Amino acid sequence: MKIAVSSTADTSDSAVDLRFGRASGFIIYDLEKESFEFVNNEQNLNAMQGAGVQAAQIVVNQNVGALITGHCGPKAFKVLSAAGIKIFVGAEGSIKEVIEKYKNNELQQALEADVKGHWV
Amino acid sequence: MKIAIASGKGGTGKSTLAVNLAYLLSKMNKNVCLLDCDVEEPNCHIFLKPEIKSTQKIFLPVPEADNEKCTGCGKCTEICQFNSLALIKNSIMVFPELCHNCGGCWRICSEKALVKAQKEIGEVQEAKSGNLHFIHGKTKIAEPMSPPLINAVKEKGNSADVEIIDCPPGTSCPMIAAIEGADYVILVTEPTPFGLYDLKLAVDVVKKLKFNAGIVINKSSYNDHLIEDFAAKKNMEILAKIPDDKKIAEYYSTGGIIIEKIPEYKEIFENLNERISNNKR
Repeated sequence: MKIAVSSTADTSDSAVDLRFGRASGFIIYDLEKESFEFVNNEQNLNAMQGAGVQAAQIVVNQNVGALITGHCGPKAFKVLSAAGIKIFVGAEGSIKEVIEKYKNNELQQALEADVKGHWV
Repeated sequence: MKIAIASGKGGTGKSTLAVNLAYLLSKMNKNVCLLDCDVEEPNCHIFLKPEIKSTQKIFLPVPEADNEKCTGCGKCTEICQFNSLALIKNSIMVFPELCHNCGGCWRICSEKALVKAQKEIGEVQEAKSGNLHFIHGKTKIAEPMSPPLINAVKEKGNSADVEIIDCPPGTSCPMIAAIEGADYVILVTEPTPFGLYDLKLAVDVVKKLKFNAGIVINKSSYNDHLIEDFAAKKNMEILAKIPDDKKIAEYYSTGGIIIEKIPEYKEIFENLNERISNNKR
């Protein structure tokens, strides 16, 4: 299975981006192969509206089973849930650290959006 | 003739001016139509107390998904410039609150998996008292887009000698939608640094769009030079000054028409009307 983590940059030492819709990008980590790639979210950084929906679309297109991020708003939550992606919010630290936490079942799955849209 | 009353800064006296000017012209036996286009918080009716004769709901076209037919091609999500659609496998999720009603998605969908549906955005109400025709729009709560409703209000007002358009504050899309097509734009301001700051933005808009426009100073005081210096620099006429008079504020707070109650202010509005008529020519 692959998982997505919102990230401020393209390395595994990068910090988790606390924003989902307007994150710099997503680290897509393959749990079996233990390898990752970075997917840019640049176009949504300056989106006039609907950044959450579009970022969720990007994550859905990566066929991941889970998303780890800082906060997730209602529209993104709706799209991700419809695609059957498990959402983990409240993550912080480096990408490496949160992936370890995920593997050790230390992250709590979110059952609803934890922020309203435009929370920053 | 269409006269739009705009401001930039909110609370400068647009509605006060609109209501009193409309009232004055109707008493001069003109056929007047007052259009309250501040559809997010209309207030002219508080002063005119019109008896509403008709209410019409206003709708906008938004897409609706028929996911039995979706093949997952994704063309609709590509054409949408407002991120209002998401594709999950063979199923489309619609966020109508983000839609700008372009119709691109249901036109590009060859499977007819997206069809045109209607979303209510508010209502337009009409009233008539004597030769004063009154129309206003009220945005449905939580509807973020007002220009289509503003246009629906304006479409109703095409038969009067004089149309007075009370515009929303600001200088963004709703204000532009409201002043569009006006023969003259009155910019109401107050002689404060805030008033001046927003007036500058509003003047930029009307100059750029090549409107005939002039300035009214409301709550006129010892600080008028703030506005007058700027107006001189921009070659804009000060059409009228309404004094910073407690009597006006008191009567306004009870929801009345000022020139009816305080006749000495009638002349200010008569002169204003004359100046606009001269400028228009």
